[in-house]
Amino acid sequence: MWKFFHQLASPPHFYRLAAIFSPWFLVPGIALIAYGVYAGLFLAPMDYQQGDAFRIIYVHVPSAYLSLMAYMIMAISGGIGLIWRMKLAHAVAAAAAPIGATFTFLALATGSIWGRPMWGTWWEWGDPRLTSELILLFLYFGYMALRGAIDDTAKADKASAVLALVGVVNVVIVHFSVEWWSSLHQGQTLMKEGGPAMDPGMLYPLLAMIFGFTLLFGSLLLRRVRTEVLFRERRTRWVREMIMSPEGQ
Amino acid sequence: MTEKLSADNLTLIRGERCLFEGLDFALNSGEMLLLEGRNGCGKTSLMRAIAGMLSLETGQVLWNDVPVLKQRQTFHGALVWLAHRTGLKGDLNMLENLHFEQSLRPQSADDHEVVYDRLGIERLRRLPLRSLSAGQQRRVALARMLLADVPLWLMDEPFTNLDREGRKLVMTLVEEHLAAGGMCVMAAHQDVEINAPVTKIRLQ
Amino acid sequence: MNGSAPIQPGMLSGLWATARRDLLLAWKRPGDVLNPLFFFAMVCTLFPLAVGPSAEQLEFSGPGVLWVAALLATLLSLNSLFLGDFEDGSLDQLLVSAQPLPVLALGKTLAHWLTSGLPLVLVSPILAITYRMPWSVVPVMMLTLLLGTISLSLLGSIGAALTVGLHRGTALLSLLILPLAMPVLLLGANTVSLAAGNDIYTTGIWALGAYAVASLSLAPYATAAALRISNE
Repeated sequence: MWKFFHQLASPPHFYRLAAIFSPWFLVPGIALIAYGVYAGLFLAPMDYQQGDAFRIIYVHVPSAYLSLMAYMIMAISGGIGLIWRMKLAHAVAAAAAPIGATFTFLALATGSIWGRPMWGTWWEWGDPRLTSELILLFLYFGYMALRGAIDDTAKADKASAVLALVGVVNVVIVHFSVEWWSSLHQGQTLMKEGGPAMDPGMLYPLLAMIFGFTLLFGSLLLRRVRTEVLFRERRTRWVREMIMSPEGQ
Repeated sequence: MTEKLSADNLTLIRGERCLFEGLDFALNSGEMLLLEGRNGCGKTSLMRAIAGMLSLETGQVLWNDVPVLKQRQTFHGALVWLAHRTGLKGDLNMLENLHFEQSLRPQSADDHEVVYDRLGIERLRRLPLRSLSAGQQRRVALARMLLADVPLWLMDEPFTNLDREGRKLVMTLVEEHLAAGGMCVMAAHQDVEINAPVTKIRLQ
Repeated sequence: MNGSAPIQPGMLSGLWATARRDLLLAWKRPGDVLNPLFFFAMVCTLFPLAVGPSAEQLEFSGPGVLWVAALLATLLSLNSLFLGDFEDGSLDQLLVSAQPLPVLALGKTLAHWLTSGLPLVLVSPILAITYRMPWSVVPVMMLTLLLGTISLSLLGSIGAALTVGLHRGTALLSLLILPLAMPVLLLGANTVSLAAGNDIYTTGIWALGAYAVASLSLAPYATAAALRISNE
C-alpha cells in the first residue's frame, strides 16, 4: 500500500496514471450532468413558492459545495507538501486553486441571479451564505496572488501552503461569525437547502448534479495537475524523453 | 569535547540552476572549511544551507552526526553567523546592538572591554551604527562573533570592507579560535593564507 | 571558546529582548508610530465629510467607521514589521539564533501591538466622542479594539512574514490579510453597535477574546514557518 502511494507520488508515474484516469471521471461526470440538467429543468416539479426560479439550485448548490471542497483539497495537499515535502502535493494545490475560485464565482453568480426575482435585488448583504462565499472568493484571490508574486516555485509552494492552512481555519470562523452577524440583522432564512422533505423529483436531479460536478471537478483537477507536473518537470530527463519519443503523448 | 560538522550528499537547486550536487564534507574541532569560487557560484547558498536557512534538494547537514533540522536550536546555539549584511541596526548604537545579541545565543565570559580594544572599536560604543564606516560596522559584527561562546563560526566573505590590518586581524582571530578547538566555515573569493588544517571545496 | 561556563540565555529573555529592541527602534523613529495614528484619525474625519454631519447617521455608523479605520491603520503599519530586519540581515540572525523562532516572532509582534494597536485603543475615545458615542459605550468599544488589535497584529504578522521581501508587498499584504481579518472586524463593530443599542453584547466580547487567545497560541508558529520560507 505504502509503496503504491510512493509510486503515485513520482511525477512520471502520476503523469501516466492521470491520463488513464481522467476520462473515467469525465465521461460519467458529463453523463450525470446531462441527466441532471434535463431532469432539473424539465422533469422536476415547480416549487410552490419560488416557481421556476428555484431551478438554479441545480448549478448553485454543487458549485458552492465544490468551492469549499477545492479549498480543503488545496489546504490539505499544501499541508502534505509542507510536512512530507512531497512535490506532487504542491502541484495539486496549485492546480486546485483556479478551479476552486471558478466554482466560487459560479456559486456567487448563480446566488445573485437567483436573488433578483426572490429578493428584488442582485445582492443581499443579509444572506450569510453569500457573504461567506464572497469572503472565500477573496481568500482564493489572496492565495493566487501570493503564488503569482513569488518567482521561485518551491518557495511559492511552501508560502501558499502556510496561507491555505491559516485560511482553512478562518473559513470556519468566517462561517460562524457571519451567521451570528446576520442573525443580528433579522436573519432572513432565504436559501434553505434540503429543508423539510424535498420532493424526490427535485432531489434526484440535484444529487445527480452534485455527483456529476464532483466527477467533472476530479477530471479537471487531474488534467490541470498533469499540466502543472509537466511544466514543473520541464528540465528533467523523463519529460524530454517523452517529448522526443515517436508517440509523443 | 570535540565536535563535528558534516554533510552528506548535498544537492541544491536554485530556480533553474543546480548549484552543487552530491557534496560531502566532514569537519572536526580545530579545522577549517574553505569554500572557494567565483561570485555567484553558490558559496553563499551553501553557507546558508549549512546554517539551515535553505532547504536542500537532497542530503542533509549533520551536527555531531545528528541532522541539524532535527535539533535546530542545539545547532544554532553552537554557531554564529557573519554575513555580508551585518544584521546590525543602524539606528541603534554599538552597545544596544551587542546587548540584543546576548539574548540570542550563549555568551562567553570574556571581558567585553578587552574585545572592544582588540577590535579598535572601544570609542564607538555610543554612536548610532549608521554614522560609522562600513569597516567599523564590520568590526562591531566581529565583536558579536567573539562575544558569543560557540564552537562554529560561519563566515561569508568576512574580509569585505576591511583594510589590510583588519583582514590580518580576522585571520589571527580565526587561527586562535581553531587553536582553542573551535571550527570555522569560510566563503571567500580571494586566497586565504592560514596556519591551520584546512579543507577546501571549490565550487564551479 | 574558553574554560569558564558560557552564559545561556533563557527563552523568555528572547521574547523580551526582541520586543525591547523593536520598541527602542520605534522610540528612535517616532514617525513610524505616529503615521498610522494620523491615518486612523484622518479616515475617521473623512467619513462625516463624505456622508454629511447629521447626528443620527454618525451615531449609527460610528462603531463601523472606527473599526474599519482601525483595521486599515493596523494594516498600514504591518508592512514594515519584518522588512527592516529582512533588509539589514537581522532576520538571518534571528533565524540562526538559539532561541525558538516563534518566541522571537511573538516578541516582534508584541512590540508591533504596543506601538500600533495600543495607541489606537487609547486615541479611539476622542474620535468616538466626535461620533456622538454615548459615554457608557466607550469602554466597550475600547475593550473590543483592545482584543481586536491583538488578533490583528498576530494575524498580520503571518501576512507580513509571507510577503517580506516581495515587491508589491503592501498591496499583496492587504489582499492576504483583509479576508482573514473580516471576522474580527465583524465581531468588533457589531459588538459596539449592540452596546450602543442597549442590547446584550457579551457574546461578541467572548468571541473576540477567544479569537485573540487562539491567534496568540497559533499565529507565532505560522509566522515562524512563513519567515523561514520567505527568507530562503
